[in-house]
Amino acid sequence: MLKVLFFARIKEQLDCASLEVQWRSALADLDALQEELCAERGALWREVLAQDNMIRAVNQVVVPGNTPLGDGDEVAFFPPVTGG
Amino acid sequence: MSVSTPAMATSVQEEDFDVGALQRALLAGSHGEGAVAAFTGYVRVSNDQREVHCMELEHYPGMTQRSIADIQQQACERWPLLATGVVHRVGKLYPGDQIVWVGVASAHREAAFSACEFIMDYLKTRAPFWKKELGPDGGRWVAAKAEDESRAVRWREDSAH
Repeated sequence: MLKVLFFARIKEQLDCASLEVQWRSALADLDALQEELCAERGALWREVLAQDNMIRAVNQVVVPGNTPLGDGDEVAFFPPVTGG
Repeated sequence: MSVSTPAMATSVQEEDFDVGALQRALLAGSHGEGAVAAFTGYVRVSNDQREVHCMELEHYPGMTQRSIADIQQQACERWPLLATGVVHRVGKLYPGDQIVWVGVASAHREAAFSACEFIMDYLKTRAPFWKKELGPDGGRWVAAKAEDESRAVRWREDSAH
């Protein structure tokens, strides 16, 4: 399984904090996962996840671009951070 | 003579903290400190002239602790430090409340000042927290500031020289 998390404004816009996706070899990377989520869930998801400044993390490390995924990975989508 | 690994304490918590106790903890059991530089961040009463009643701090559990510890580790690799400590609160906070504390101990003040600033600059741009201001007209997510990103980027440029 892949665990997918959403935070802050993204979580509100999608009305979704987390979901699980059955992993299979076609979900080989982050872009493939994102495309699958959009195809399944429709225009709102496509629009929200395509936002400028969206940050993606795999296994709690921010990744700058497309990244391979494997079974058991944790993926997160979130806006620019505002801590401190 | 071997150099011992700097002590490192990291906490993400809802509870308030005592800066005196944190500074004493920073120094506990070590020797050679000539300097401690520390920073405390508070919830502003108002932001952009908009009255803030309450601030909610959301975070990514697990990644917050890891990313802060990683930032502290980077500071220890760049400067000769004896200890670092970071406490960051989450949950509902009110104007005047403490949000974050960063403390750095070193033999000399230059490293302490620089490392403390570095850790704060990276905390503001790398650690997965998000602030939401709740006011009389509803909630608003605080936007990341370009200025914070430039402050973080300059540490990269500095290290290239």
